[in-house]
Amino acid sequence: MSFFSTRMLAASAFALMAAAPLHAKTFVYCSEGSPEGFDAAPYTSGTTFDASGHAVYNRLVQFKPGTTEIEPALAESWDVSEDGLEYTFHLRQGVKFHSNDKFTPSRDFNADDVIFTFERQASADHPWHEYIPGITYEYYSSMEMDKLIKSIEKVDDHTVKFTLSQPEAPFLANVAMPFVSIVSKEYADTLETAGTREDLNNAPIGTGPFRFVAYQKDAVIRYQKNADYWGEAPKVDDLVFAITPDASVRLQKLKAGECHLMPYPAPADLDEIRADPNLKLDEQPGLNVGYLAYNTTVAPFDNPQVRKALNMALDKPALIEAVYQGNAEVAKNPIPPTMWSYNDAIEDDKYDPEAAKAMLEEAGVKDLTMEVWAMPVQRPYMPNARRTAEMIQSDFAKIGVKVEIVSYEWGEYLKKSMEEGRKGAVILGWTGDNGDPDNFLSVLLSCASANPGGANRAFWCNEAFSDLLAKAKASSDHDERVKLYEEAQVIFKQEAPWATLAHSTQYVPMAKNVTGFVQSPLGDYAFDTVDLTE
Amino acid sequence: MLRFILKKLLYLVPTMIGITLVAFGFIRLLPGDPVLLMAGERGVSPERYAQIAAQLGYDKPVWQQYLHYLGNLLQGDLGNSLVTKKPVLTEFLALFPATVELALVAIVIATVIGVPVGVIAAIKRGSWFDQFSMTAALVGFSMPIFWWGLLLIILFSGVLGWTPVSGRISLMYFFPQVTGFMLIDSLISGQKGAFASAVSHLILPSIVLATIPLAVIARQTRSAMLEVMGEDYVRTARAKGLSRRRVIGVHALRNALIPVITTIGLQVGVLMAGAILTETIFSWPGIGKWMIDSISRRDYPVVQSGLLLIAAIVMIVNLIVDLTYGLINPRIRHK
Amino acid sequence: MTDTTVKISDAAIRRRMLREFWFYFSQNRGAVIGLVVFILLVLTAIFASLIAPHDPTQQYRDALLVPPIWQDGGRAGFLLGTDAVGRDMLSRLIYGAQYSLFIGIVVVAIALTGGIIIGLVAGFFGGWVDTVIMRVMDVVLAFPSLLLALVLVAILGPGLTNAMIAIAIVYQPHFARLTRAAVMSEKAREYVTAAKVAGASNLRLMFKTILPNCLAPLIVQATLSFSSAVLDSAALGFLGMGAQPPASEWGTMLAEAREFILRAWWVVTFPGLAILVSVLAINLMGDGLRDALDPKLKRS
Repeated sequence: MSFFSTRMLAASAFALMAAAPLHAKTFVYCSEGSPEGFDAAPYTSGTTFDASGHAVYNRLVQFKPGTTEIEPALAESWDVSEDGLEYTFHLRQGVKFHSNDKFTPSRDFNADDVIFTFERQASADHPWHEYIPGITYEYYSSMEMDKLIKSIEKVDDHTVKFTLSQPEAPFLANVAMPFVSIVSKEYADTLETAGTREDLNNAPIGTGPFRFVAYQKDAVIRYQKNADYWGEAPKVDDLVFAITPDASVRLQKLKAGECHLMPYPAPADLDEIRADPNLKLDEQPGLNVGYLAYNTTVAPFDNPQVRKALNMALDKPALIEAVYQGNAEVAKNPIPPTMWSYNDAIEDDKYDPEAAKAMLEEAGVKDLTMEVWAMPVQRPYMPNARRTAEMIQSDFAKIGVKVEIVSYEWGEYLKKSMEEGRKGAVILGWTGDNGDPDNFLSVLLSCASANPGGANRAFWCNEAFSDLLAKAKASSDHDERVKLYEEAQVIFKQEAPWATLAHSTQYVPMAKNVTGFVQSPLGDYAFDTVDLTE
Repeated sequence: MLRFILKKLLYLVPTMIGITLVAFGFIRLLPGDPVLLMAGERGVSPERYAQIAAQLGYDKPVWQQYLHYLGNLLQGDLGNSLVTKKPVLTEFLALFPATVELALVAIVIATVIGVPVGVIAAIKRGSWFDQFSMTAALVGFSMPIFWWGLLLIILFSGVLGWTPVSGRISLMYFFPQVTGFMLIDSLISGQKGAFASAVSHLILPSIVLATIPLAVIARQTRSAMLEVMGEDYVRTARAKGLSRRRVIGVHALRNALIPVITTIGLQVGVLMAGAILTETIFSWPGIGKWMIDSISRRDYPVVQSGLLLIAAIVMIVNLIVDLTYGLINPRIRHK
Repeated sequence: MTDTTVKISDAAIRRRMLREFWFYFSQNRGAVIGLVVFILLVLTAIFASLIAPHDPTQQYRDALLVPPIWQDGGRAGFLLGTDAVGRDMLSRLIYGAQYSLFIGIVVVAIALTGGIIIGLVAGFFGGWVDTVIMRVMDVVLAFPSLLLALVLVAILGPGLTNAMIAIAIVYQPHFARLTRAAVMSEKAREYVTAAKVAGASNLRLMFKTILPNCLAPLIVQATLSFSSAVLDSAALGFLGMGAQPPASEWGTMLAEAREFILRAWWVVTFPGLAILVSVLAINLMGDGLRDALDPKLKRS
């Protein structure tokens, strides 16, 4: 019976399928999820940043497409004082904010907007601090902007001066991040008067390449080209995000021509994508690292020789084949090769179970039993932690080390793995926020972050290493910083607080006729440069 | 009648309170700390943790949290999503029409096909039609609908390419959401082909969702008809020489429909459960998928209030069915 | 003379009842087919290790997504093809029968026991005990079962055991209600009053006197629950909340197969077909049981 109804209805659907042609040039992006909102400041997911920060907004400075280098954006230029404490930004003039049916800007972008953008996040007393109940500014506080920025001063309408509490070279990279996307103070004032403050999050007004048009929850986001864009105008007229959480459905849509580009293909589909004559596949090493962190405060893992020996027992190429299906490269350093200051001179520990066994014996370690923690979720840097743990288990067994695999619910995992005196080694990873080496090394390996609330899960505190990081952070001389970080990586390799496992590759499948898409090492999806050829 | 309704409504109050307790209690029992999940790999300092927990009210004793929750509920405040920070009710209302549209179309399909099939099967009891349709109904009743949906996608989207893979309407069409129902909005928009596109997107999911209710309704209608046709008054009517069609159409059918209406009403719960699976398979932006996503994201307030809203809807629909039943069949009222 | 009729042993009565039951049951062709399929299923589950040509978790790295034997590219070793990591589909399906039957039995056992106790207590004591219990059952029934099971599994943690517990909790009110209703109507009957007068204890009354008299609807409900449990646990597996990979539970297999739906039809089709056939067989049996246990009820 159901069979009959199916046939009947499907047949009539066939008759009904008459598609209207597209007007204008529309670019459809099959995005992987719904944005949490359109105000980039309170949220942390890349999905949200693609939909708001990159499409609708600009920052004072920005990453040059395809790199992690800083270039001017809403600030045309900037000066840094000798002591590295004062940053003076000279703002671009004549930049127009978008308009929508309820708001038309009466003035161009100016210093007030910059100050509003930062202060609403910085100060709990600011009237817009909690304009949505329960809202918090995770990035602002986790990047420690609140501690770093001492004051923001409006010098004149087109000049803003930031005073820092300490010299900090990564500051510029921080203000290129989506969470400090410049919002319009005038728009906020208008919303205040209208009593619809939450529209700052629902109907964003920015200066970016695309103007927000409409959002249907969990279904579709629509944008239109910003004709008054201060930079090079987008090549497509309309931009559509078709929200498609399922990777195989995204691919189906891409193949059917229902969208032009998609993120995060399933690793199993890559061969099929490569074989499809209508598609092309862009690939690039991701700005991430997957690692196994020993607890360097607990015996015998407090002995670098033991850690080194275990690292030598790992067959990483086999791991990459089995866990990443080959879509990754072996990691030898804690930072990925696309990042500046990556020390390519470092040699990875050689896979040599025999030598490893001998080293363990030399260190006086016998009958070692250890826990390996496998995270319960998938991440780009670690698609299958369980399988990784199983492979580590069998590798370590070859040198006489017994491994017990444990796992916890994700929140628990994150908490327990930071508890003092933790037993066992933890599988985890990191994806860069802003492309600065400090964002990897300080966050994950400095003495300061080896405390509760930090993310140094090796509890590794090496004074020499941390001093190098501090020096590099305070210096505004790029070449000097490169040297310092390269040196730091040498210490890391000698001390081996982690087994560095892999840097996974990012893939972006797209239709053949898509041109101008530049993959961002940060994993952003921005469409101001894309075009469709016939 | 009014007293009957009031009594029924009053009856719901303890159940409703029980539901709030269950929804609230479950969420407290869920493992996993939303604050930790929000912080992710980076970690969160103890001070910051305390600050966020306080902001969300998680530092208070559980009973205070419950009373606070109940108080807010009475004022129509169902809390804010931890993920989007938006009011749960706003999100619910944005997605609810999609589910209702799907469920309504499914129940219409199930009724329009199920009732006549059941009637004919009863009249022609033992015929090949009866046997075939009842076998088919049992197959439908036994169907794992998540698999059924995948099969239909393979056939109609994959092999034949007739229907789209997912979504509610082609992205080519863009018009304001007046009612939230894509079928109606696409008609109002006046855009050529929009309605057809909405229909073609709706077909597979609604068939999948209709499968089990259709089977249940057909089986129920048949047995109700058989029972009524065996009763004295129908036999009397037949004996009086009334035509067979008149007897079946007027007397038997009308009486047989009473339990069938109840059956249809009771399918609402089944539809809600089915919507979870159907919406997941077809990426249908409705509340079933929203609940699943929220459970895995540990979005406490959404799961809590979502459970509450869904249970309330099921109960209200059941009440309406009860009342309708009371209206058609006055004897019930006095029981 | 009259003695002969009185002296029919209990065993004889039981035999007669069974014969009567079989008479009605065997009249229903569908029910018999269902029974046969079900027995085959049970045998498959019991002898899985003998029948299955391969280990269900063995990955043949050189045989990924091999189609069934009758299709181009099929291989003799893999009758129904292999899945994405090279496991033999047929073997996995065979072992999957163990999961489904096990789930059905455990769920029905828990729900039945819990429901009977709760229902007996509510029906026998009445008053506020009854009111409270029945309100709680109302609350459980107000949630769509799958949704409630999902939340319960989220609390207990994904996995086969927890999925079974969750489903059992969700099903239990149906049994409680049935038992209660039966107890209420039986309680007023003469034989109960007589037993009471004779000084039977409450417990004895509940389990020895009343319960055996309301078994028929419970048995019918139990078969229904058995098939629903197979369906719902597969649904939970499909949503990633049931049995976890690499378990060859059919719903979990489907979930893993989802990304291949348009590329390898066999990994999607067979597990679902297995679910459908088992559930259908049990439902057919259930229909027959109802007819046989309560001939007054017309087959619907």
